[in-house]
Amino acid sequence: MKSKYALRFLALGYLGLLLGIPVALVFINAFQDGIGAAWDAVTTPEAQHAFWLTFIMVVVAVPLNTLFGVLCALAVVRQRFRGRALLNAMVDLPFAVSPVVVGLALLLVYGRRDGWIGPWLSEHGVQIIFSMPGMILATMFVSLPFVVREVIPVLREIGTDQEQAAATLGANGLQTFFRVTLPAIRWGVAYGVVLTTARALGEFGAVSVVSGKLSGGTETATLFVENRFQRFDETGAYAASVVLALLAFATLLAMNLIKPKEARG
Amino acid sequence: MSRAFGISGDVLGRGVAMTYLSIVALIPLAAVLLESVDGGLDTFWSAVTTEQAVASLKITLIASLIVVLVNAVFGTLIAWVLVRDEFPGKNIVNSLIDLPFALPTIVAGLTLLLFYGPDSPVGINLAFTRASIVLALLFVTLPFVVRAVQPVLLELDREMEQAAESLGAGKATVFRRIVLPNLTPAIIAGAGLAFARAVGEFGSLVLITGNIPFKTQAASVFIFSQVESDNPIGAAAVSVVLLLVALVVLLIFGWFSKRALRHEE
Amino acid sequence: MSIVVESVSKRFGDFVALNDVSLNVRDGSLTALLGPSGGGKSTLLRVIAGLEQPDSGRVLIAGEDATAKPPQRRDVGFVFQHYAAFKHMTVAKNVAFGLSIRKRGKEEIEARVDELLKLVHLDGFAHRYPSQLSGGQRQRMALARALAVQPRVLLLDEPFGALDATVRKELRAWLRRLHDEVQVTTVFVTHDQEEAMEVAEQIVVLNHGDIEQVGTPRDLYEKPSNEFVMRFVGPVSELSGRWIRPHDVGILVEPTDGTSEAQIDRIVHLGFEVRVELSLGDGDSTWVQTTRTMVEELELAEGQIVWLRLEAEPVSV
Repeated sequence: MKSKYALRFLALGYLGLLLGIPVALVFINAFQDGIGAAWDAVTTPEAQHAFWLTFIMVVVAVPLNTLFGVLCALAVVRQRFRGRALLNAMVDLPFAVSPVVVGLALLLVYGRRDGWIGPWLSEHGVQIIFSMPGMILATMFVSLPFVVREVIPVLREIGTDQEQAAATLGANGLQTFFRVTLPAIRWGVAYGVVLTTARALGEFGAVSVVSGKLSGGTETATLFVENRFQRFDETGAYAASVVLALLAFATLLAMNLIKPKEARG
Repeated sequence: MSRAFGISGDVLGRGVAMTYLSIVALIPLAAVLLESVDGGLDTFWSAVTTEQAVASLKITLIASLIVVLVNAVFGTLIAWVLVRDEFPGKNIVNSLIDLPFALPTIVAGLTLLLFYGPDSPVGINLAFTRASIVLALLFVTLPFVVRAVQPVLLELDREMEQAAESLGAGKATVFRRIVLPNLTPAIIAGAGLAFARAVGEFGSLVLITGNIPFKTQAASVFIFSQVESDNPIGAAAVSVVLLLVALVVLLIFGWFSKRALRHEE
Repeated sequence: MSIVVESVSKRFGDFVALNDVSLNVRDGSLTALLGPSGGGKSTLLRVIAGLEQPDSGRVLIAGEDATAKPPQRRDVGFVFQHYAAFKHMTVAKNVAFGLSIRKRGKEEIEARVDELLKLVHLDGFAHRYPSQLSGGQRQRMALARALAVQPRVLLLDEPFGALDATVRKELRAWLRRLHDEVQVTTVFVTHDQEEAMEVAEQIVVLNHGDIEQVGTPRDLYEKPSNEFVMRFVGPVSELSGRWIRPHDVGILVEPTDGTSEAQIDRIVHLGFEVRVELSLGDGDSTWVQTTRTMVEELELAEGQIVWLRLEAEPVSV
């Protein structure tokens, strides 16, 4: 009996010291000059612009990755072709790549000066690095695997019976997908979308490399936090952090709402 | 094999998936690989063997190793307490485990700095020390082992433990000889993911470690500094080493995890 | 509509699922594909439905070559072993699925769904979800869904395989009656000989990818074409190196011409039926199926010496 309380104390103590107390401190510090000061700090034009940019990145990257994720999961689970195993392995690659390396990789391909196709794009008036397209690409890269990883097990689980039943009832490929397969995997997709969104919101390293960090230009919410902190505007940094932390809690909430539905299918 | 979606739809779907994956991830990664050997293998070698590069890689690897070991122990402990123990608020604690996945890494670094930095309310100042690297990495890798072990522990056949108890084994013996061997594959798998994440981590290190070369500069931060000082070959070379380490570790841990599972088929 | 299968072969890697199989299924008939698992019966059914492509051979439905047609265009109703219920749709939506794909009018669909739910005794369950139904109800829903589009042939893959014994028995009798009512050419797969004999007009026995025999239930039982069929469709005992049904052996307490001597080892009472296990003179053992009345009349006891006589022609294999 005693050992039970000792284990509980150890586990919760570890979580408290590593997670609970530090996160609580951000909230306390953000509001130490009053809620008004914190509010002012996250409603400056720079802050608003930063959150707006983050919003745009999420709105572009998440749907694209979701579409890719579903197509890729279908290919891996439902199709037989050369390179299927390779595709399955490659999808996980972004999990093993440092965000900084992601940034560097994009720089090397799309960099304006000596990238592979950057100079050519630049001549045609398309700028990727130090602007939104590069930051969106970076976000897509780091959050690429989430939807695939969530959808693959669900697709395996539901099997092909329902799809075959739809086929014998006359449904063509698209009809089967939209009426049978997609509804069956919808909670898996939703869970993947939540994880993708969380990652897209919070990406720092990769975006940091490709953004050029132009305050009021290419500065996202996470870059804004760093910038404010480096410039000793602690209230600004903490207040923006609180907004991001609240979004993280919303993510956890969404995960908890979706998970049981996903398990039930 | 299902023909439900039709041949042309299948080909189109996987074509789109592979093209997307290539543009977003594979081609940029290939660019890093090529850039690292752009000046020949000698250049690559001298780039990764500069004193600063070696020091940063060493710091990253040692810190990651410590982090994996701590995670293996505390991750298993937390999973155990979350599955086998009952206490008020357990569900909330369980949801909060995923917070490091949902919280932007720059915010994670900031929260740790508040509690373990110069203004620490309890007077523990780890900022700009090597311990701060371990701390930040522990924070961001917390969920891996917990989330890998939890489902296995839930599924574990309690009758196996009861059988061992009826044969005279004490609680500690039951854990060591019955429970732990069954959890090992999951612990190893979770530890592998944690290691891969740790070696590439960037955002949470930026604010708390101070990035002092030879002392607290991790490999990812070193790469970032090389990008900033316009040394793409040096950055790419260390990136390749980092990438290889992550992949090799994932392979090795995956192999061990499978090997440990081999009796269970 | 009739189904004709011509020299169909199908392999999965090294495994031969169907080996040059040919078969005729008469219009309006009720046929069972019977055999052990791995015998090829499900594969044959799926080839007919278009869910598998044969490596060679042809499938004709109503006289026209359907081999190259996808399942969508074969006009078959298929009922899956595990129902393949669309879990996110109500019972009514499940049944209406094929009709809505065919873009039928709303009122027509509603009327047809009502009619079918009545037919399968699920009226009143229209707005439930499959998860709220029992196994037997789900299977009936799957059947209604397949029948809704008025398929030319109805194919059922182990339709009662996942149900418990009582429900199985009920559904068998019900399927038979349903077939009499709807009169659609029906083929179903089963590994249960009793089920095949009770429900089907024609039985096709498949083993190792080959058709062993095609015939009526009675043909198969009384005139099995080989030892496999004989063993598969009913009990068998061996007497003097010959195969015979155990109820076709008579027990006598006195020897006569053509009898063989045996000693009773064990008498097992199974209600009305009694199973008598015996040792023969040459050391072999056999068993005889008889009745309680017979055992009492002859006053049989364990250890007793009796004489056995063949009361029907043994099967020559």
